[in-house]
Amino acid sequence: MHIVVCIKQVPDSAQIRIHPVTNTIMRQGVPAIINPFDLFSLEEALRIKDRTGAKVTVLTMGPPMAEASLRKALSFGADAAVLLTDRKFAGSDTLATSYALTSAIRKLHEEDPVDLVFCGKQTVDGDTAQVGPGIATRLGLQQLTYISKIEGVDTEKREITVHRRSEGGVQVLKTALPCMITMLEGTNTMRFGTMDDLFRAARTPLRQWGKDDCVEDETKVGLKGSPTVVSKVFVPKPRAQKANVVEGDGPAALAAAAIDTIFAAQPKLASELLAR
Amino acid sequence: MSDKPQGRRFQLPEHLKAYQGVWVIVEQERGQAHSVSWELVGEARKLADKLGVEVGAVVLGADSPDLNRICGEAFGFGADVVYKVTDPVLADYRTEPYARVMTDVVNAHKPEIVLLGATTLGRDLAGAIATTLQTGLTADCTELDIYAENRSLAATRPTFGGTLLCTIQTLAFRPQMATVRPRVMAMPDRDETRIGRVVEITPALAEEDVVTKVLRFIPDSAQNEAQLAFADIIVAAGKGLGKPENLGLVWDLAKVLGAEVGVTRPLVQAGWATFDRQVGQTGKTVRPKLYIAAGISGAIQHRVGMEKADLILAINTDPNAPIFDFAHHAIVGDALQVLPALTEAFAKRLQVNRLAS
Ligand SMILES: Cc1cc2nc3c(=O)[nH]c(=O)nc-3n(C[C@H](O)[C@H](O)[C@H](O)COP(=O)(O)OP(=O)(O)OC[C@H]3O[C@@H](n4cnc5c(N)ncnc54)[C@H](O)[C@@H]3O)c2cc1C
Ligand SMILES: Nc1ncnc2c1ncn2[C@@H]1O[C@H](COP(=O)(O)O)[C@@H](O)[C@H]1O
Repeated sequence: MHIVVCIKQVPDSAQIRIHPVTNTIMRQGVPAIINPFDLFSLEEALRIKDRTGAKVTVLTMGPPMAEASLRKALSFGADAAVLLTDRKFAGSDTLATSYALTSAIRKLHEEDPVDLVFCGKQTVDGDTAQVGPGIATRLGLQQLTYISKIEGVDTEKREITVHRRSEGGVQVLKTALPCMITMLEGTNTMRFGTMDDLFRAARTPLRQWGKDDCVEDETKVGLKGSPTVVSKVFVPKPRAQKANVVEGDGPAALAAAAIDTIFAAQPKLASELLAR
Repeated sequence: MSDKPQGRRFQLPEHLKAYQGVWVIVEQERGQAHSVSWELVGEARKLADKLGVEVGAVVLGADSPDLNRICGEAFGFGADVVYKVTDPVLADYRTEPYARVMTDVVNAHKPEIVLLGATTLGRDLAGAIATTLQTGLTADCTELDIYAENRSLAATRPTFGGTLLCTIQTLAFRPQMATVRPRVMAMPDRDETRIGRVVEITPALAEEDVVTKVLRFIPDSAQNEAQLAFADIIVAAGKGLGKPENLGLVWDLAKVLGAEVGVTRPLVQAGWATFDRQVGQTGKTVRPKLYIAAGISGAIQHRVGMEKADLILAINTDPNAPIFDFAHHAIVGDALQVLPALTEAFAKRLQVNRLAS
């Protein structure tokens, strides 16, 4: 069994600030982390490894500094890591990203056939949830998104049974390997790596691939390979009018004044409240 | 980064001019259309009118009276054409047959814009279709418009955790695809007398060809999940409430108003409330008639989830809290005192009104 987990290094968005004058993002000093959603998928892959002895390879596309995220993933218990990095990948949108990642997964598959690909539900910076389905479609894998539980993996029959979150309920699905899975957040908790894993992570050689190592058609990566263009970036407009400040002396007076204003502004609301 | 949109001048290559019409893929599961689909038909109507083209609604599923009813609803909300795609294999949603059929239908009828709800179904399907069609897809849009200069879709969405907005275009590819979260667009009025053309499509799928099987469906027990998305009134609490015990004040007010209770993310993270009550970018988008925000600072990630409320009343001790920049009415004061006062005053007011009427 060979499992590939796609992880992305992202800026810790809780710490991003906007420059007050230039309206641009200030990235300096913002720490980089593994996309939090990817950890649920990585943990699930490691659980399958615990049960079946599968090999887990982590894969990321990003700048050379993304190595730190791969090392972190190794320290949790992944067996091998690939860093896909090339200037030509810069500016990739989701279609181009899924193409580049697919190229790398194909190469990994030639060395050691891949049975499962895990992606995060979505990233916190791109936030599109498109790269996983993109990879599944390109590789012809069964696509299992928003999975809340993996009921079982039968390595003999090459079958997998999962719970998939859908609107209004959970679908219990059974399908055949190979497939692409994205886990729902909160479905598990990332383990602490063992001391052994920690040492191994430091010693494990990273493989670094560029465009020439795996990409067949270079017109499909980077800016050139991206059908979408960002035509405008801007700060949300403040509402033209500031809030009307309710005046009153003490909580009771404030409350009464607020209700007067609300009922005056929304007479329909008042009558609807009555109807309840 | 600049403020001036680029690419407006771009002219579409000849062979892509055959793509016309604005489509919505209607999400229906177990005989019910998802409300986001009708919100999108309303939005598609506006885009199509700007372009001077038709609105198409694609309804997929196993043939049934429910499906026919949904087709009728699509006309009522503004569709001109319904593509009714029926096959027993399409009874339950599965990526493989849905994606295959939709790709074929798009290739056959060539719409210039395809919209889907950003739900678990819509996001799953959109990502698969866009990859096969090799076209651009913009997720979770909050605004859709047409650039008149080149008739292209301008899809605006939050980026970098909601701190910025960006407008994205798909210039040299068709169709242009976008997903929109539920309750972001307004529900259009329904005109039950409106009718249109039905294009029947029967793809003749074979169940044996579909690898993934649905073993069973476990419906959510409706009473457990908070129904925030559809609430008319929401009383929401933030960290300003201080400690979990004080949430009771919010519940008290909600009870008097028949409202739902919402919270900010820190409260979910601290375990004061469950995730289904979180409002914001990573929680629910809501569109109530009245949103009362108590002890909420108004961070952009919270704002994008609730700013479309008809009326926002914010209670905050800090007169400079960002929430006052977009709330309609402001009470500068201590929520721990103002909330009980509101509860009492509302209760009294409603009682008096009831007696009078
Ligand atoms: C990627 C990402 C996604 C996020 N998604 C969401 C999301 O979906 N939803 C969400 O809500 N947040 C989200 N956040 C978090 C968001 O950035 C804010 O941290 C959060 O909304 C702040 O919550 P708050 O207003 O409750 O707390 P605070 O920002 O701490 O504000 C508390 C407010 O209470 C006021 N206050 C204090 N005491 C009182 C009192 N006695 N009476 C009245 N007012 C008082 C204070 O003046 C202050 O304005 C996200 C963040 C990131 C990075
Ligand atoms: N550059 C990348 N390298 C590795 N995996 C990625 C990359 N971008 C996206 N992914 C994977 O695709 C998922 C969805 O990403 P997104 O479509 O950006 O929301 C992520 O959670 C990752 O698992």
